[in-house]
Amino acid sequence: MEFNLKIWRQKDARSQGGFIDYNLKGVSGEMSFLEMIDYLNKTLIEGGEEPVAFEHDCREGICGSCSLYINGRPHGPEDLIATCELRMTRFKDGDTIVIEPWRAKSFPVLKDLIVDRYAFDKIMQAGGFISVNTGAAPEANSIPVSKEAADEAYDAAICIGCGACVAACKNSSAMLFVAAKVSQLSLLPQGKAETAKRARAMVEKMDELGFGSCTNTTACETECPKGISMAHIARLNREFLLAGLKS
Amino acid sequence: MSSFINASIGKKFLVSISGLFLISFLAVHLFVNLFLLGGQESYNLIAHFMATDYVISVMEPMLAIGFLLHIIYSSYLTITNQSTRPHKYKIVDQSDTTSWASRNMFVLGGLVLIFLVIHLSNFWFQMQFGEMEYIEYGGVMVQDAYSLVTAKFTIWWQVLLYVAAAGFLGLHLLHGFQSAFLTLGLYNKIWRQRLMVIGILYTIVITAGFSLIPLYFLIAHYTT
Repeated sequence: MEFNLKIWRQKDARSQGGFIDYNLKGVSGEMSFLEMIDYLNKTLIEGGEEPVAFEHDCREGICGSCSLYINGRPHGPEDLIATCELRMTRFKDGDTIVIEPWRAKSFPVLKDLIVDRYAFDKIMQAGGFISVNTGAAPEANSIPVSKEAADEAYDAAICIGCGACVAACKNSSAMLFVAAKVSQLSLLPQGKAETAKRARAMVEKMDELGFGSCTNTTACETECPKGISMAHIARLNREFLLAGLKS
Repeated sequence: MSSFINASIGKKFLVSISGLFLISFLAVHLFVNLFLLGGQESYNLIAHFMATDYVISVMEPMLAIGFLLHIIYSSYLTITNQSTRPHKYKIVDQSDTTSWASRNMFVLGGLVLIFLVIHLSNFWFQMQFGEMEYIEYGGVMVQDAYSLVTAKFTIWWQVLLYVAAAGFLGLHLLHGFQSAFLTLGLYNKIWRQRLMVIGILYTIVITAGFSLIPLYFLIAHYTT
């Protein structure tokens, strides 16, 4: 297969970037999207050019490292997968593919397609934890947790923190990420006690870091590689409103 | 409390509460409009009741406050959201992932606001400060609001304006209805579908109601 790639290249955080066109021949349909960029980089290095910088780690949709905005959508044209799980068979021979980094004031571009997602860590540091040591995993029946609560908490816990929600949102809101973290902890006995404090602290930090406010377009939910539901945003709103009433 | 309002969710809370208040007002407004179909006396009497009732006179400034809160806070949030992505994407493909209405609530709200100014100058301003005819019903002198309204609804471009405004309002409601419940946290995986259906039905009733009444008088004018 042959592709016309239009890739954002930026030397460093202070430089002005721009799109560079590459014509790449000999791509196999079985390659993952990241393998296709590996192959491009091989040809660039062989030609004495600087390879395209991009983030990757597990390459099996778990780590949340890959963060490419492909043809107008985070993680590309398929739902419920990360970029590393996207196969080149999804594209047609001769397609033009536009590859951009996540765009948000809170996710500044560091180099080429790599953005600084440290803002998510700062939000987690503000309240995404349980303050006391809850010890090792308890015996299964010592703290009863309903099946519904466990399932719902798991649905939130599968957030990999990739930032696709921010990238997809027209307001660059991090609500789905914050909602997943607050939801996961507030549904389980160990995390429930600090729910109000946690919701307030994490939302305030999210606002402070320059993420936008959610307008419920549901773009984040659709583009989330793990399918985190808007219902978690509703829970975060509920917990935040209750925290406001208690204060 | 100030930290609550300063937070993005606090401001969204005010937009949602005021939005739901305005949504309930629309139902009352449409109910009153239906009296137009009952004839001159029917509508003039309900209009007189609305203008003189104690509860309604208390609700009127609350309605104005509701509008102001909704407009001010949604404008503030929209403006601040503009700065969250200084470098725009080259391509954005959200045609299949989000609804057009959800992405354009501010534009739709702006169009409804422009219509509201025209609507208020057409009727409310006329009834408050204009020269109105009076008719006596059972010894009580009542403004002839019916003639004022039906006269406007015989002008084709005025009717077109009202039908278009009902369409914009409908699109605004289509997203706004369920979005308000989501922001208030009154939303989960089960109620999501239910709220969507209720929101669509409510939107259809409001849009159809506010469109069909002017159309009815326009058609009646040209066919009788």
